[in-house]
Amino acid sequence: MPPLPLISRTSGAGMRTTFLALMASLCLALPGFAQDTAPQPQTTDLSQPALTGLAAVLAAHADQIAKPSRQTIGPVIAAIGAAGPGAPAFLEAWADKRVGQRKDGAFFLIEKTGDGYALIDPMTGTPAGTAPKAEITELKPNSGVRGLIASALVEFQLMDPDPAKRQAAMDSLARDGGPEHLEPLRAAIEGETDPAIRAQKERLERLLTIRFGATSEKRVAAIESFGADLGLDLRGALNPILVTRRTAFVDAPSGNIAAELRAPRQISEDEAYKLLVSQGLAPARLTRADLRAALEAHIENGTVGGFALADLDSPAARDAAYTALEQAGTVPAAATDDEVAAAVAAHRYADVYAEPDAAVTDAARTAMKRITLKVDAMQMADLGLDALSLASIYFLAAIGLAITFGVMRVINMAHGEFITMGAYTGYVVQQFIADYTVSILVALPLAFAVTFLAGVAMERLVIRHLYKRPLETLLATFGISIALQQIFKNVFGTQARPLTSPGWLDGAWVLNDVVSISYIRIAIFVLALIFLGVFLFIMNRTRLGLEVRAVTQNPSMAASMGINPDRINMLTFGLGSGIAGIAGVAIGLFAKVTSELGSDYIVQSFMTVVVGGVGNIWGTLAGATLNGTLQKGIEWLNPSNTLAAQTYMILFIIVFIQFRPRGIIALKGRAAGD
Amino acid sequence: MKPGSLAKNPSVLTFLLVLAVFTLGVTVLSDAYGSGLISTSMVKTLGKTLCLCLIAIAMDLIWGYTGILSLGHFAFFGLGGYMVGMWLMFARTRDIVLSSAGGALPMTPQELSDAIATQIFGVVGTSELPAVWAFAGSLPAQLALVVLVPGILAFVFGWLAFHSRVTGVYLSILTQAMTLALSLYLFQNDSGLRGNNGLSGLQNIPGLEAAGQDALSVWFLWASALALALGYMLASFIVSGKFGSVIRGIRDDEARVRFLGYSVESYKLFVFTLTAVIAAIAGALYYPQAGIINPAEMAPIASIYLAVWVAIGGRGRLYGAVVGAAFVSLVSTWFTGGRVPDLNLGFYTIKWVDWWSVLLGLSFVLVTLFAPKGLAGLVDLAQGLRSPRRGGTPLGPDDGALQEREAVE
Repeated sequence: MPPLPLISRTSGAGMRTTFLALMASLCLALPGFAQDTAPQPQTTDLSQPALTGLAAVLAAHADQIAKPSRQTIGPVIAAIGAAGPGAPAFLEAWADKRVGQRKDGAFFLIEKTGDGYALIDPMTGTPAGTAPKAEITELKPNSGVRGLIASALVEFQLMDPDPAKRQAAMDSLARDGGPEHLEPLRAAIEGETDPAIRAQKERLERLLTIRFGATSEKRVAAIESFGADLGLDLRGALNPILVTRRTAFVDAPSGNIAAELRAPRQISEDEAYKLLVSQGLAPARLTRADLRAALEAHIENGTVGGFALADLDSPAARDAAYTALEQAGTVPAAATDDEVAAAVAAHRYADVYAEPDAAVTDAARTAMKRITLKVDAMQMADLGLDALSLASIYFLAAIGLAITFGVMRVINMAHGEFITMGAYTGYVVQQFIADYTVSILVALPLAFAVTFLAGVAMERLVIRHLYKRPLETLLATFGISIALQQIFKNVFGTQARPLTSPGWLDGAWVLNDVVSISYIRIAIFVLALIFLGVFLFIMNRTRLGLEVRAVTQNPSMAASMGINPDRINMLTFGLGSGIAGIAGVAIGLFAKVTSELGSDYIVQSFMTVVVGGVGNIWGTLAGATLNGTLQKGIEWLNPSNTLAAQTYMILFIIVFIQFRPRGIIALKGRAAGD
Repeated sequence: MKPGSLAKNPSVLTFLLVLAVFTLGVTVLSDAYGSGLISTSMVKTLGKTLCLCLIAIAMDLIWGYTGILSLGHFAFFGLGGYMVGMWLMFARTRDIVLSSAGGALPMTPQELSDAIATQIFGVVGTSELPAVWAFAGSLPAQLALVVLVPGILAFVFGWLAFHSRVTGVYLSILTQAMTLALSLYLFQNDSGLRGNNGLSGLQNIPGLEAAGQDALSVWFLWASALALALGYMLASFIVSGKFGSVIRGIRDDEARVRFLGYSVESYKLFVFTLTAVIAAIAGALYYPQAGIINPAEMAPIASIYLAVWVAIGGRGRLYGAVVGAAFVSLVSTWFTGGRVPDLNLGFYTIKWVDWWSVLLGLSFVLVTLFAPKGLAGLVDLAQGLRSPRRGGTPLGPDDGALQEREAVE
């Protein structure tokens, strides 16, 4: 490129002159700069004789503070901590990398501004002017030092006048407290005025004592002071003490032994040998893949170690070939099965606690046993609550069916679709009424009305003609169920629609760390109770109930007494369907509202009615309770697999029906029919 | 001379003739052996339909003749499919593993089974062959299991249910529960049958790769037709004799048959088990044509559809069941296949893919209400047979009591 040197030559002179001018201006500026900073050291010089508290400490340890090292900074931090006012803020800022040292050695809390720092006097916390970037060296303590600072800070935070800060400090201690926190914590208990925080502090002190107490007596005492406390924090403190490591020993096991393991029974040969290999006490075993690779690497003329390739299709033949290679010295020796057995037999195995103190581990183990027992009991209670809420869901879903099936002997396969219809009614109502509480209160009666009408229509149009043919009712209502389900799909789409519960139903009622139950489940339980009450009232205390019972027992006789069986059947069917609609709203609050919502519950509902016994509300209640308890119980035995739980539950019910074909509460006498 | 069962059932000959003509016709029009007018996939659909007709016969025997509305026969159908599917999948995977095996050494049996298991069960995250696959390597064993597994399941379930005198809708619900339990069990990944992935690739028959799908589909059509013919003859033999009278008696009034000294439970159990086996055989023929089986096929709804077919076709008559199954399943395939033109109502366009289920459900209700004889009732109509008009109110309290107008006649 020819033009370039030309240009540089012409501009060379110009550049030189600008550079000179720059130098000159710099020289002129410098004295002014120096004057500007000069008074500052003077002021510190002036206060020098009166240095007290934090300032004195900072001045005395300036070098170490500027270049802290984890090994030596401890006493310095302690000294700063004891220095009085301003110390906590300084430590906090130091840990946050917000402390700077000015060229003259003074420390400031700094805040970045545009091109420099705003300085804050660490002693008084008042602004102390600004400084350009070049004047200040930011202190950047490494993470080890920061940890030390943080633990020193804890002491201040624990005694902070602001309770929220004290709380925060304790939360961080509970998460990762260490032995160094024990003393500050104990010191902080004395002056605590808030009784709740004081109790927390005392609890935390005992928890830390369990893990880091000075003597084993103190630790054991701390463990025992808890009794069978259910707190997760206590279990969190005990568990690390009880951690064991499986170890193989050449002779008698040593250390704090949890249990010695005999080779074939308590520890499998495989596991024992793996242990030996991992501790370097035995050579690695030859895996099948390695064996294969080793043999393939030594194929000579279609044979390996004298064996034809085609014969090497069984493990025994391969072992023999390998042994032959081993004897020839072409492959390294590897442990064969009997060598493995001998090595396993020659060693002893034990679970050894990481914690060396036997007294502590014993105490921890007994404490854990107590806690586990109590936790188990609580889990049973929790399970009972779960089962109860599931039972109330089943009861809600089944009660409508119990009316139609039990009272009228009509099986309604479309019952599930009525549940879905109720849930969709709730969804549609929420599209028009934004307030969730109001919308639920509107949706419940509306869902009842909608499904009541649908039920009455179905009874009038279809079921009325099939009273003498129960199996065909089953099929006809199934046809309706197919049609309704597809109509829901066409109208609302296949994706789940939200049915949001009001805010006051969110959350859970927490009894302790183990037992809790969500408000929505409590609400469903209450709803189920209300339905039970309403049903009993209608059946036993009203004219309608009387007539329904009469028609159930003997339609012809009822008719001759002036009751219109047609009307009663219609109303009963509507009532059952309407209750299904309300159940749909309730179920929709916690389940996904899709067109298949109801069919998920239909078989369970049938099971509930069949197991409980037909024609009796108490039977339905018993059936729902049995089904709910059973399902939760099986889930508890096999927690990973709800599908299996349902399978086994249905199997149980099939067997149960063998012994009580008419359900738990069977009608007797004439009312039982046939 | 006592008339033979054929003479009592003149429809059998007609049926066999129609079936033979149909099979021959499809063969002549197929890709493999004829003009190619019927595509291979259509041949498969027809073959599957024949299998569905066979299970419909089983359903008719148990429901139409014995009066037990079983909602569990599709579970047996599916089990049969699973049993044959296990062999198909195992043998095919074994061929693939053997042909793609690397390394100089021949495989040990352990290595072979591990490799097969990894291939088959990799999808559900295990690589061990479950115990239920113990016989999967042997075709005769699996074919025996096609009959044995559903047969024993039906026997045990039936024994339990019938001996505790569970009848009517209770029994229907119980069979439905059994189906649900089975399909839920199979949906689990650790059930040993690949969870909801099911078994796939069943259309490839190991050892017959050379034949090609077009020929295979026709062979399966023949096999299905043969099974259907045998099933039909067996069913008509069963329902024509004294045995048939007894099971019809059980359907109409179980208590009276019991009081006459018949062991009602044994009859029911026999029919239940036999129909389960027929259903299983139908399934074993169906799924190699479908190519895939998964637990969703065994959901309770499938068994209910089976009842729908039989009801629409006309229960209590063997040909009714066959006609119903063939008609409904083919029409259903046609409607859901999206080839039916949309119906424009001006304000709304009815897409049949979406509305077919509604139509089916409603027509099912209508058939139940107004035409309990189903499509087969048309035959009666053609022959001039009419049931007596039983109008008016009953004169007595029982179900079968004379009715007013009847008494006048």
